[in-house]
Amino acid sequence: MSAAVRRFPVRLDIRRGFIDMSHGGGGRAMAQLIDELFLKYFDNPYLRQGNDQATFAVEAGRMVMSVDGHVISPLFFPGGDIGSLAVHGTVNDVAMSGAKPLHLSAGFIIEEGFPLSDLERIVKSMAEAARDADVTIVAGDTKVVERGSGDGVFITTTGIGVIPDGIEISGDRAAPGDQVIVSGTLGDHGVTIMSSRENLTFDTSITSDSASLHGLVAALIDAVPEVHCLRDPTRGGLATALNEIAFQSGVGMSLTETAIPVRPAVNAACELLGLDPLYIANEGKLVCVCPPEQAEAALAALRAHPLGANAAIIGEVTKDPNSLVQMKTDFGGNRVLDWLSGEQLPRIC
Amino acid sequence: MKYVDEFRRQDVASRLRDAIAEAADTDRQYRLMEFCGGHTHAIFRYGVQDLMPDNVSFVHGPGCPVCVLPMGRIDNAIKLAVDDGVILCIYGDLLRVPGSGRTSLMKVKASGGDVRMVYSTQDALQIARDNPTREVVFFAIGFETTTPATAVALQLARRERLENFSVFCNHVLTPAAIQNILESPEVRRIGSVQIDGFFGPSHVSSIIGSQPYEFFAREYQKPVVIAGFEPLDVMQAALMLIRQLNDGRFEVENQYTRVVTREGNQKAQKLVAETFDLRREFEWRGLGLVPYSALAIKPEFSTWDAETRFDVPPVTASDVKGCECPSILRGAARPTDCRLFDVVCTPENPMGSCMVSSEGACAAYYSYGRFRQSASKSEAAA
Repeated sequence: MSAAVRRFPVRLDIRRGFIDMSHGGGGRAMAQLIDELFLKYFDNPYLRQGNDQATFAVEAGRMVMSVDGHVISPLFFPGGDIGSLAVHGTVNDVAMSGAKPLHLSAGFIIEEGFPLSDLERIVKSMAEAARDADVTIVAGDTKVVERGSGDGVFITTTGIGVIPDGIEISGDRAAPGDQVIVSGTLGDHGVTIMSSRENLTFDTSITSDSASLHGLVAALIDAVPEVHCLRDPTRGGLATALNEIAFQSGVGMSLTETAIPVRPAVNAACELLGLDPLYIANEGKLVCVCPPEQAEAALAALRAHPLGANAAIIGEVTKDPNSLVQMKTDFGGNRVLDWLSGEQLPRIC
Repeated sequence: MKYVDEFRRQDVASRLRDAIAEAADTDRQYRLMEFCGGHTHAIFRYGVQDLMPDNVSFVHGPGCPVCVLPMGRIDNAIKLAVDDGVILCIYGDLLRVPGSGRTSLMKVKASGGDVRMVYSTQDALQIARDNPTREVVFFAIGFETTTPATAVALQLARRERLENFSVFCNHVLTPAAIQNILESPEVRRIGSVQIDGFFGPSHVSSIIGSQPYEFFAREYQKPVVIAGFEPLDVMQAALMLIRQLNDGRFEVENQYTRVVTREGNQKAQKLVAETFDLRREFEWRGLGLVPYSALAIKPEFSTWDAETRFDVPPVTASDVKGCECPSILRGAARPTDCRLFDVVCTPENPMGSCMVSSEGACAAYYSYGRFRQSASKSEAAA
């Protein structure tokens, strides 16, 4: 993204204009798009350097880096849009190591014919989400693909951050006896997206939980630096995140269904469609595994933060060479929460 | 969740567990077939088997519409999407069902076929209205539960003269299939499959009522208890079946009284009768050709019948070698008896249809039951 300060005689018509192939062509049209849209909202000293790369000083210590491609339909949904999601997704992946996220890069792949007004809405929302998360978008890229070759816009973000001293969080550190905590209700994001798709005609009051979790993580590790594992249960939901941790650590898990927070509206929507909320995506929740002695302190720290008000201890880590995630059902039986097979598909009857 | 949680209560479950343990005669076995995939799903999802005494077991039946659909019909649908270039509207479950030669509608979709997942027949009609220059075919599948919705779609299409819309009809009938299982050699002669009683379908019975089961309860002397799809429904119905068997009764009883009546939904039945005829026979995966077990679209709706509108030849496709779906669907084998199960046949790569739908016996075993043994072992170790 070049940030040369040029004056363009005719300003971009953001209200009525559309992306065309020239906006990705590397010429003047692209420079104008960057100048009048991206730079305007993302403005920071790194971008203003106007180079093909951002140069910045790093603190001593361990750095984290993560990347996440965002494709979502619809682009705008209750509680967020692809722009805010592209910030939250990567900030959260960085934060799940315990790191403080610092900078992001953003790569846009935009479909020819995409309305500039929608692009502005997305860029604005990204800028706001970045500001709220206290990260700067220091580098970017724009490509335009022909009509029909994309789905509006795809955004890939890369994030870097620095891990504070004394923090050792990793998916392979869960140990038998550890407690499993979630930071709030599950399935809100996935159900919101499903209910906003055109072909599903039911309304819900649910909104996506999309949020940056670095503040919640900071509060948590401040209270309990001994946290063993953190993960954000995005695609595949809670069941998948816990299976990953169980597999990485070579342990089992035993959950209690009644302890797992799920909103009644989410449960009802899932019931209707034959889906399981424990396999549905979240974008503003985390799972924490910590030693039993610290579980209450961790729970209190999460609950004291607005994004963790509904946090709950949902089970514990067990010794199990088969790495099974099991759940005592509300009903009194026992159920294995297996890896998700393919996509969840609605049932016929 | 209102009207749902009430039927999943643990305190009631443990009371029923005690009542079943007390009622079940330890000197005999109770092999109860749940016809419907919905029951199979509930049994695994809530761990109902854990609450049953050892001599009460569930035999999983063929009541999953996706599972009993013969491969040839998937091949027909693939041809419609690929050769005839129609917009093929399907229910989600069908996407992964294997056709012959390792194809599936999901693969057809990926390679450019216009296959769209819909949630109701109304969505399919809307797609036809929105695409007047394209042929839109709705792949109708399901037991009596989903048939009325297809009937409504056909009637609406006729009323609106929506001539680019048609239905590929695969609706099948429950009583004919249950009777076929009871007539099968394994059950009748060889005696390798013992079925002592049936859980009657829940949603299906809301449409057809409890009356259609009376004939074979009497004729084959097997008790039938129509049961809802919630875990407490299944447990209560199991208790009712056990009591009938203890008393030597073979009646049709209705546990699912909150929905099912003896006569069923007569408005829906009338609508179905106006729109469909009985097929003389229809192929079921696992059961073969079953007489009078499926519906065809009436001649007066032939404009909207994909089988008259397009060339839909009868295709006899054989199942993958070694696949036990046919015997599993008849209750003659368990998923774990199949050599392919969890070796090459998994939900990610299903070889047979029982692995596709979450209601299929193999998929349910794979997701919830596969680890049961190792799970209880590791629990004991912990």
